[in-house]
Amino acid sequence: MPEFMLRAWLAGLGVAAVAGPIGCFVVWRRMAYFGDTLAHSALLGVTLGLLIGADLLLAVAGVSVLLAILVVIMQQQRQLATDTVLGILAHSALALGLVTLGLAGSIRVDLLGYLFGDILAVGWRDIYVIWIGGACILAFLAVAWRWLLFATLHEEMARAEGTPVLALRLALMILIALIIAGAMKVVGILLITAMLIIPAAAARPFAATPERMAWIAALLGMTAVSVGLWLSFHLDTPAGPSIVVTALVAFLVGQSVALARGLTPARSSDPNRTSGPASAP
Amino acid sequence: MGLRGLALVARAHYKVGSTPASDGCMHDTTATTSKIHPPGPLVVVRAASVRFGGLQALEAVDLTIGAGEIITLIGPNGAGKSTLVRLVLGVLKPNTGTVERRAGLSVAYVPQRLAIDATLPLTVDRFLDLPVRRTRAKKTAALAEAGVTGVERQPLQTLSGGQFQRVLLARALLAEPDLLVLDEPAQNIDHLGQIELYELIAGLRRRRGCAVLLVSHDLHLVMRATDRVICLQQRIRCAGAPEAVGKDPIYAELFGKRAAEALAFYPHHHDHEGERVVPLDRARER
Repeated sequence: MPEFMLRAWLAGLGVAAVAGPIGCFVVWRRMAYFGDTLAHSALLGVTLGLLIGADLLLAVAGVSVLLAILVVIMQQQRQLATDTVLGILAHSALALGLVTLGLAGSIRVDLLGYLFGDILAVGWRDIYVIWIGGACILAFLAVAWRWLLFATLHEEMARAEGTPVLALRLALMILIALIIAGAMKVVGILLITAMLIIPAAAARPFAATPERMAWIAALLGMTAVSVGLWLSFHLDTPAGPSIVVTALVAFLVGQSVALARGLTPARSSDPNRTSGPASAP
Repeated sequence: MGLRGLALVARAHYKVGSTPASDGCMHDTTATTSKIHPPGPLVVVRAASVRFGGLQALEAVDLTIGAGEIITLIGPNGAGKSTLVRLVLGVLKPNTGTVERRAGLSVAYVPQRLAIDATLPLTVDRFLDLPVRRTRAKKTAALAEAGVTGVERQPLQTLSGGQFQRVLLARALLAEPDLLVLDEPAQNIDHLGQIELYELIAGLRRRRGCAVLLVSHDLHLVMRATDRVICLQQRIRCAGAPEAVGKDPIYAELFGKRAAEALAFYPHHHDHEGERVVPLDRARER
């Protein structure tokens, strides 16, 4: 295996291990669109990073975290629905990124590389950052797991019983922002949300507890990275999309198996418990 | 941190039955303006008004919850019952007026509805571990006390309405609260189940001594379980012992013929005389 493949693989494994559990919260809390919004802002982070000569990983993480905080502040105003807030921020951030790129005419950027991933750009430094950052995120998850679950179930109940709901929501958003920064070079800005959602959704029929769903999602994500990169190397297909397609296949196979064995999660007919408005992220 | 530490000390000192595990949760002290020191009332709401945009949800509401007291809050839809509950819980601040809570007060809350996403795999057993892990013995005992057994391995989504309410109650009991807040616990439960549930709630106070704040549509079922009934419609319209409130013309005015008919099912509350027109709004006297 050439060294660039090894680097891409190690970076991808690190990202997938963290994206699995965090992706579960994205699915449970219906934050998929939020993840997309942060991903859209990544290009602005890239442009600003290139302009000021900062490390791109850190620049993207910085811009994403700022945007996450902005979303929480705008949600607190309660003037606009959350999906409207996200819609405004997602496309404004993308447009701002492209306009800034245009204004800074001196910078030549491989736009496609950032949108769909460029594993040749993954360096050892990225791997250190991903693995150390990933370990920190997993440690935080282990500590805050019950509180995060409690707040996911019913924010008001959690707050009434003393859980710091707003801080947890902000923490979760910041973690998603960090994962997006980490995953950018491997799968690309446009496909990052897939790494959060598809493994988690694929894991659902095979998990009876939240913890097991997180474990299975992490393992599925890491498998998708391994198989996807292998396919990409041998079939000469783009790396990021190959990983996502592999994850999709795993999801479809899982759904079929679950359907055949009658494992699909029961949707209760009681509208008071299973429906209800999408909970705010 | 200072306030939080103080709250934990106060709690450990005054509440002998508290477990170390239940002290592990963070106490949100920001939502209260000041602290009551034991042995005072648990919660005191003074002249609280809440506006949502142009809508007056609550107006000059006073409410004192004493230790071990069972209070039932009734009122028509949109009367501000849930808003008052949110004030008591400390998740909402009044626009004017104050809400004081006893230092170190531990509250458990059973919300009106709990939408569990189908994507979240959660068994009853794991649900009872939120937000703090409990021992198996404690979980089994809490389920038994709430009147539902043998459901530990079941996903929450597969429970019936009655089982679900009881599991919610069991989780609340595990926190060993000073104050248990139940927002319409009887919805989706048939008539017989409702009577059982209210008897259960009355029994909880006897056994545990915790105060209960109950929100309900209907007075007749909670009659025997409750010390004090508060009729809410933006402001407190009438309050007192359940029998007195049942006879109050304002009660008939707020709830109309249907409520009066419901009361007729109970022989000892045979006091309805159809829909009476009440000339004097007694709330104005307050």
